[in-house]
Amino acid sequence: MFDLDNWSEIWAALSSNKLRTLVTAFGVFWGIFMLMLLLGSGKGLENGISAGFEGEAKNSFFIWTRRTTKPYRGLPAGRSFDMNNGDAEAVQHLVPEVAVVSPRNQLGGFRGGNNVTRDGKAGGFNVMGDYPQIRDVMSIPVPEGRFLDPFDIQDRRKVAVIGNRVQEILYEPGEEAIGSYLRINGVDFKVVGVTVPMQQGEDAQSEAETIYIPFTTFQRAFNYGDTVGWLTLTSQPEIRASVAQEKVLALLKDRHRVDPEDDRAFGSWNTEDEYLKVLGLFAGIRLLVWIVGIGTLAAGVIGVSNIMLIVVKERTPEIGLRRAIGATPFSITRQVLLEAMALTALAGYVGLLAGIGVIEAARVALLEAGQDLQMFQNPSVSLDDALLALAVLIVAGGLAGLIPARRAVGISPMEALRA
Amino acid sequence: MLQLEGIEKTYRMGKSSLRVLKGIDLTIEKGEMVSIMGPSGSGKSTLLNVLGILDAYDGGEYRLDGTLMKGLSERRAAHYRNQFLGFVFQSFHLVPFKNAMENVALPLYYQKVGRRQRNRTAMEHLERVGLADWANHRPSEMSGGQQQRVAIARSLITQPKVILADEPTGALDTQTSREVMDILKGVHEGGTTVVIVTHEHDISEMTQRVIHLRDGLIESSERTTHGHGPASPPTGGYEGPVSAESVAAGD
Repeated sequence: MFDLDNWSEIWAALSSNKLRTLVTAFGVFWGIFMLMLLLGSGKGLENGISAGFEGEAKNSFFIWTRRTTKPYRGLPAGRSFDMNNGDAEAVQHLVPEVAVVSPRNQLGGFRGGNNVTRDGKAGGFNVMGDYPQIRDVMSIPVPEGRFLDPFDIQDRRKVAVIGNRVQEILYEPGEEAIGSYLRINGVDFKVVGVTVPMQQGEDAQSEAETIYIPFTTFQRAFNYGDTVGWLTLTSQPEIRASVAQEKVLALLKDRHRVDPEDDRAFGSWNTEDEYLKVLGLFAGIRLLVWIVGIGTLAAGVIGVSNIMLIVVKERTPEIGLRRAIGATPFSITRQVLLEAMALTALAGYVGLLAGIGVIEAARVALLEAGQDLQMFQNPSVSLDDALLALAVLIVAGGLAGLIPARRAVGISPMEALRA
Repeated sequence: MLQLEGIEKTYRMGKSSLRVLKGIDLTIEKGEMVSIMGPSGSGKSTLLNVLGILDAYDGGEYRLDGTLMKGLSERRAAHYRNQFLGFVFQSFHLVPFKNAMENVALPLYYQKVGRRQRNRTAMEHLERVGLADWANHRPSEMSGGQQQRVAIARSLITQPKVILADEPTGALDTQTSREVMDILKGVHEGGTTVVIVTHEHDISEMTQRVIHLRDGLIESSERTTHGHGPASPPTGGYEGPVSAESVAAGD
């Protein structure tokens, strides 16, 4: 196998008809190249969509109130109602499936009017009343300063953590935000931290324009009493969010005298359902990639075996001669086999490198282009997949060579000489 | 050296079959130079293929240097061909993508001789046929006569006991035919048994004995007046003593 003479024989045979060798090699090259691109693109798509879920716990859910649609225990349909602090406590204590409860309130909103001023500058921002545990549900990175802490809640401190966009609008470039004061709806707050959103697109913009203040301070400063805007929750790790969600909803319906059958009194949304849908999509993409990939591989292999058939047919007199001067059938079979395998392995390897090269180049280009392409990120091919494809190809190349080789030694040397 | 007893060979093509050799008895002594003649279809090429273990036979016994060649595995046959026999073909059968030296060296490759040794021996043999200067040329760059001389050098490189030549001059003009025959005669003089299939009388005249085949049987086996001299005009008739072992078999 590693005999130099063997390889020089193979090289001589392959290089004796350069065009044919090149065309065959190109078939294999193209099969592997396309497979690599497909796998890489599939992975890129997967990464891109996954990134959309980054910063959100996969088992989180949200609950808010709407109007009742059914009369219940003397109360009419169409009644509007609010959740309160007691609801959050009750959920925390009575629903063991729930890991984190974080009630929230909001002032202002998307493209709302100006509600925040500082030194003659003004802006309209989302002002969120939050508990520190909101960071267990969604990620809120605070590279500068700190986030809200339990003492802020306990003491109802007038502190604020602002998004980086807020800083850009209300502050001079390079101006220190931490320690300064902002006026939100006429109440002064001290800035203790700046957040930089992890998400992308619209979500990121809205987060960058958000100001977080302690939930307790929010209720008192803006006259919300004990009203809770909505609950954000996560289920226990091994519990599905939808299961916990059902329990919480049942509890809340009971507390607010809502018909247990009234499914529209509360609004809710859970990440898990969305995430599962996307996971299904990924599985579909992967299946498609492998079906198409195996198709291209098969085309390459069929190409190789066809060419090997022609090669062996063309070289039958040469094979006859080699046998006449002492080549054993084994040595002939081995030579044809090694030729086919060497060709597929080499071409496949080049295709592998080219495919990975293109994917890497695309990755670098995407990184340099910034984050505009939300649905496509960081394309890559796992080494296992690549090696598996190459192994399949080499084995197939061997099989492709084996059949014509067996035919070539199946006839007598004399017949071969005459062919 | 070569002993054939009642060799029979039938080709089957579907339902029809063709009896090509109908019982050949023939002995060729060590160091002899023999030609086999006969009209086309007489079985002379088939006989040579049997002698060269390139094709199996159906009946009889063939002994090469005392060893029975029957029912051999392809592996054994390849071994015997490599060890005992050298082939020269009408169409040369050189490997087109190898140069003259590599073509000559090829049989040694199958004897697992190292590359350097192989090429050195090949050069010596190329020198013997006067083509040392053409060592790096491919067959397509050489004339027919040169190609045949390369093929002869290739057949000699394993120092075989027998050279089997199938119409070695069939594709060559008179002048180059003479050159090729001179080389073959030189080989014979070196003590190697040479068997030539031909249909040209002036070629067979240069051998020591002419065996005539007709319809799969040996018609006659005659000694020429001189083995190595210039070609004499064809005689046609029965001439000289028939050796005991080469009586035409009729059944």
